Amino acid sequence: MTLHPILAALKKHKAGVILITLQIALTLAIVCNAVFIISQRVDRIHRPTGLDEANLFQVNQLWVNAPTGNDQASIDKLDAMQRADVEILRQLPDVESAVAINSLPLSGNNWSGGIRLKPDQKTSTAHASFYFGGWQMVHVLGLQLIAGRDFTATDQRHRGFREKTVPPVVIVSKALADALFPNGDAVGKSIYMNNDVPPSTIIGVVARMQTPTIASWAKDFAFNTILIPARMDANFSGYAVRAKPGRLEAAMREAPRALFAANPMRVIETSGDYEDRTVHSFAEIRAYAYRADRGMAILMGVICVILLCVTGAGIVGLTSFWVGQRRKQIGIRRALGATQRDILRYFQTENLLIAGAGVVLGAILAVGLNLWLMKQFAMDRMSLAYVLVGILVLLLLGQGAVFAPARRASKVSPVEATRSV
Amino acid sequence: MFGYYLDLALRSFRRNRVLTALMVLALGLGIGASITTLTVLKLLSGDPLPQKSTRLFTAEIDPLPAKGYVPGQSKPPWGNLMPYVDAMSLLRAHKAERQAVMALTQAKVTPARTGEHPFFSDAVMTTADFFAMFDAPFEYGSGWNAQDDDDRARVAVIAGFLNDKLFGGKDSVGQVIRINDHDYRIAGVLKDWSPQPRFYAVDLGGRSYGDGDGVFLPLQSARTDGMDPENVSCWETADIAHLETAPCVFVSLWVELAHASDATAYRTFLSNYVQQQISLGRFHRPEVAFPGLMEFLALEQVVPDDARLQTGLAFGFLLICIVNTVGLLLAKCLRRSREIGVRRALGATRRTIFAQFMVESGMVGIAGGLLGLVFAELGLWAIRHQPAQYAKLAHLDVSMFIVTFVIALIASLIAGLLPAWRACVVAPAPQLKSV
Repeated sequence: MTLHPILAALKKHKAGVILITLQIALTLAIVCNAVFIISQRVDRIHRPTGLDEANLFQVNQLWVNAPTGNDQASIDKLDAMQRADVEILRQLPDVESAVAINSLPLSGNNWSGGIRLKPDQKTSTAHASFYFGGWQMVHVLGLQLIAGRDFTATDQRHRGFREKTVPPVVIVSKALADALFPNGDAVGKSIYMNNDVPPSTIIGVVARMQTPTIASWAKDFAFNTILIPARMDANFSGYAVRAKPGRLEAAMREAPRALFAANPMRVIETSGDYEDRTVHSFAEIRAYAYRADRGMAILMGVICVILLCVTGAGIVGLTSFWVGQRRKQIGIRRALGATQRDILRYFQTENLLIAGAGVVLGAILAVGLNLWLMKQFAMDRMSLAYVLVGILVLLLLGQGAVFAPARRASKVSPVEATRSV
Repeated sequence: MFGYYLDLALRSFRRNRVLTALMVLALGLGIGASITTLTVLKLLSGDPLPQKSTRLFTAEIDPLPAKGYVPGQSKPPWGNLMPYVDAMSLLRAHKAERQAVMALTQAKVTPARTGEHPFFSDAVMTTADFFAMFDAPFEYGSGWNAQDDDDRARVAVIAGFLNDKLFGGKDSVGQVIRINDHDYRIAGVLKDWSPQPRFYAVDLGGRSYGDGDGVFLPLQSARTDGMDPENVSCWETADIAHLETAPCVFVSLWVELAHASDATAYRTFLSNYVQQQISLGRFHRPEVAFPGLMEFLALEQVVPDDARLQTGLAFGFLLICIVNTVGLLLAKCLRRSREIGVRRALGATRRTIFAQFMVESGMVGIAGGLLGLVFAELGLWAIRHQPAQYAKLAHLDVSMFIVTFVIALIASLIAGLLPAWRACVVAPAPQLKSV
């Protein structure tokens, strides 16, 4: 079949053709970029923290009428209270292990600073987040030690919240080790945290551990972390608790109860919204941290589906009209020997031409929109694969949408040609 | 005549039920999505205190050391956060109508009733002018005065919702509330007060939206009782046990001027103050900023990128829906060339044909608008169930309701223009030939 009669017919419907082409182009541009945003958000949401997240939960609490933490005696008192809490948590029947730790990945409570390799260095070599806690941190959090050794009980220190004491040994994440020592020989090296002297020695490297914050300002050091075997003594404390497999809910119920039973003068919130509560499973921490990304991905997904439906319906509607308008011509063609298949082909080819023009224009718009978004919202460059898949989807959508009206057209009887002439 | 057009339009809709439904649905979806995201954007970028936002300003200075300073390319690094010493000096200079220094903290409130656990409440540590300056309305009692600030008096103002929780909503002025293990006397109870965005909290480390603060305490009293500010930034190694004198920023200063035009004078005063500190060797960088409330919110980019992205997306969506409706209306009216031919032959002018088609597309628009309203309510309901800070505040208001209809009507009239014009230029004779 030659294209000439189709093009000639389309010329008679310029406005309609332009509109449907425009609609397909806009749909392609928006859907491509939306799917790209969705895939980016989904990747982000599923980034592993490096922790063994199943069965893990966090308890934060605050003591009422606690010692001030400004003198050594009261720091020691606070530390004793903290150790007693950890012991209580460890004794619970549904708990496997527990450790005091000031924060957890994704929890939002971030303490970070610059790391230097020499004491008099002007600018820091890398930025990293600090985790202060018990020496069993690596074990309880399920971190993977890939070089050096784990902490032992003799490494354990404790410090007042406002004190500036330097831990002799630390464990760093691989990302930080690579940033500081690109040759891969971080173990045994000395680092200066926050200008503090004397330096601390790296004794081990864990494969991966995320910082507590996913905010955009911290994205350059998202996996630079330092584990410090020093309990932080203040009028508040936090514990990471690993429940026995399948006993997470029970352990989360028991833990606050047991802590209250031992000492009721404290604040632990177990009900209310996420932000009100101070006991969270790691799954909740993750869901809360990425809530905005999840919402955005869902919204984009819904809009994409609706857009494709609207465009598909638009093609059905427009083609139906054209079929209705051309019944007589179709009848004449049929009477002159065109088969039903020819008529079907005609409308399918017509749609392919229109959709083809639409996707070419749409591909240009999609790339342009991506460039604009990169400028306005610091977004990444979209891979052309998204555009190619988008083109395929829209062409298929066009063919799918045109099928029903085209089939109706092919059913037009040759007798129509004789009507009303 | 209008009634007749309505009747014609209805007849035409009845003839093409599915297609009409499709047009209305597409328009409704586009409008619903746009209005939903626009409502959220308006909520996020709204004016928190419309009655006086033009007269409220905040001061920004740069306390960083000389090292790394490039004249002209530097600006205050922490927004409106400043060292305590400077905020208090500026406060005591009384160069504005009203002024207040503030920081945020978490107040640990211990209920008097036995058996109830202590809980946390968002709190503001501030100075006396805060309430009058920010138009915080009192249900009972009043704020404290400057003397209370200097005396480090243990007085507090609490929010209505906290008063409901602790005192059953009764007049609690003069009662005692236990905050961070100290007894404070309640001086006043606020009515509902939660400016959106919570502009004064933006740089202080608090949420930018939400239900508002529960407790308000004199800054110096709260600091004496060991309450720590939410956001502390230090430019060199600091003794954070004594924040007031440490090289750290943790408070901000807001001022209310008698007239917006007084801003220049205050900026000069601020600049002179910094120059004076430079000559004393305390400061090294002369740059200051004195943004008004709305300018400050824009500078701080309070509105999340995602909200702007969603609004853009929704308008792209609306555009596609309009294009879709134009296409369908056009196709529909072209199919009716014969009907138009007959009407023209019977004496209808082009103007009346045009009017007839505009009425028809206007009806599609109104129906689409109504449906869009339903979709918008649905969308806002979904947003209210999202765990975002501003989620609970997302409601359709009257102006948005009107915007819905204006957008719907304009969209559909634009959508109808091309088909209506095409319809009225149809020449009657050829159409009649084949009847």
